[in-house]
Amino acid sequence: MENILLLLHTEADGTLAKSALESLQTVQSLAGGLGAPGFSVGIVGEKIQDAANRIATCGASEFLGVEGGDFAQPRYGSDAAAVEAICKAAQATVVVAPATSRWNRVLAGAAARLGGRVDTHVTGLSAENCTLAVSRWYYRQRMEAALQRTQRPWILAIDPGSQPAWQGEAGTAPVETVAVNLPESCKRTAVTGLRAPSADAQTIRPDADLLFVTGAGWTKKQADGATHVPEAEQLIGSFLKLTRASLGSSKSLVDLGGEGQAVISFLTHLNQIGQTGSTPRHAKGLSTCCHGEEPHTVGWRFIKERRAISLDANCGWARGKADVLYVADAFAVMRKVNELVAAKAAN
Amino acid sequence: MSIAYQIVVCGSIVPDPLQTLEPVSSPAGPALKNEAMLPAVLDPWAGHALFEAANLAKNAPGSKVYLVSLAPKAKLQQVMMTLAQKVPFELIALDGSASGFTDAFETADALAEAILAIPGLDKSKLLVFGGWESASRCAGVTMQVIGEKLGITDQFQGVDELKINADGSLEILERIDGGKHQVSTCAGAPALLGWATGNLSEPKNNPQVGMANMRVVMPALQKAKPVKAGAEGVSFASVALPKQMRETRIVKDAAPEDIAREIVEWISK
Repeated sequence: MENILLLLHTEADGTLAKSALESLQTVQSLAGGLGAPGFSVGIVGEKIQDAANRIATCGASEFLGVEGGDFAQPRYGSDAAAVEAICKAAQATVVVAPATSRWNRVLAGAAARLGGRVDTHVTGLSAENCTLAVSRWYYRQRMEAALQRTQRPWILAIDPGSQPAWQGEAGTAPVETVAVNLPESCKRTAVTGLRAPSADAQTIRPDADLLFVTGAGWTKKQADGATHVPEAEQLIGSFLKLTRASLGSSKSLVDLGGEGQAVISFLTHLNQIGQTGSTPRHAKGLSTCCHGEEPHTVGWRFIKERRAISLDANCGWARGKADVLYVADAFAVMRKVNELVAAKAAN
Repeated sequence: MSIAYQIVVCGSIVPDPLQTLEPVSSPAGPALKNEAMLPAVLDPWAGHALFEAANLAKNAPGSKVYLVSLAPKAKLQQVMMTLAQKVPFELIALDGSASGFTDAFETADALAEAILAIPGLDKSKLLVFGGWESASRCAGVTMQVIGEKLGITDQFQGVDELKINADGSLEILERIDGGKHQVSTCAGAPALLGWATGNLSEPKNNPQVGMANMRVVMPALQKAKPVKAGAEGVSFASVALPKQMRETRIVKDAAPEDIAREIVEWISK
């Protein structure tokens, strides 16, 4: 019989992120499938009662918490100690957690302390015949594996967006505090702040319906023999403002900056999609001026509807990677798209 | 205050991203079809970590960069032919599987043991670098476990920038959710940094650096310790390529206005 623990942390404002509710939904299904009598919830944060109350009606058999100023900020030393303490208190054999940046920094280290194992970027769980199996991708989303493990505790980090979110009501949850004696050696690091573009300038929008991806073609010579980088920047920037889409980029376009070439000013490595970039989840994706070769399109694995604009009718997108390929000049098409979207917004 | 760091970069090899990969079953578990024949490159994020390490060493006189790598040594040798021309480092080679299907904990055990065996290792000067994830296992696990085995409790993942302050403290930018960076200050070494892309371009080949590196690389490869890195306790029920192949509708010779109208209709749905 597995002892299942759902491991969560609060956000800066004390709430739970959507990914936490997705993991909760996963744990509920898993507990049923594995025939477990219930599950525990562990929460880490500066103040956790509000977060526990938010999911009070989820059916957890107990709520455990580590809280205080030392646990307000994501920091390896304190978070690893908190995770270790909660897992031990719950005597967990299976630990499910959302794969947030905070947990991704620390879960493997905690698993090492507990003598267990961790699997990250989990996209599916099953409990056939009361046996737990998980699915995850290898080689940057090129192949998917289903696997089981004998080692316990087995920590599973669930990819945000891969599971439905729990929808239950709030209530009042009795939280049992787990004491963590944090040595000074775990406080050598201090989180001093965040760095992010202003809300208007932020081009990475994980909750957007549409991912708009730019390729290196935007900075190449066009039909008139000249480059048109300022115009490209204006077209892309306007489209993002009008549609609130999230902006992605191919590696080659981002790398041009390091090579001293003119680039789209608001693009950084954080926008990069693909082999050495991210694999975001959006309902729709529109690629422009990009060849759609494998190292790039592995980043599109979780984009449901895909369309592309490219001058090359034989590009990668044409080979079963996009639903629609428009063989056209992206400058001309996006100019018209912006006009239409602006007109629609004005009406 | 200038500290001469011992910068240990952990990094292995992965199939060239342009190659088509296909899973097959082998007696040892899942593997890649023609794995031994696939051209390999240094794992991209480990590459960024190595270039950042070299840049830091250049700016902190007396620092030294080690590259600890677990991979089949014949393939590692091929990769070294190019990589050794990029930046100065001392290779510590372990001869074993670099497959994505091996367990990160077994890989971490071997790498941590190799790091602890570095002559004159001084943890007060130790910075352990690596990629925050690999392009093979893509788990983000190995580096954290290495840190635990070395007793390093200051760990950072998705690092894009490291600055050494005048007092020897480290200022670190880590990627976090939603396209932001978290800024942290760490009192100093020892620390472990799993790098994302950083800010440096790939250095150009320098034959002089290559010649100096190869004097150490070849003996390191010759004495590479065999390591058995498998996946004990793991059973793979299946490993498969995604089945979904889209029926691409190719729209040619349409006016930009018509394409734009169709796109706007689609994104508005």
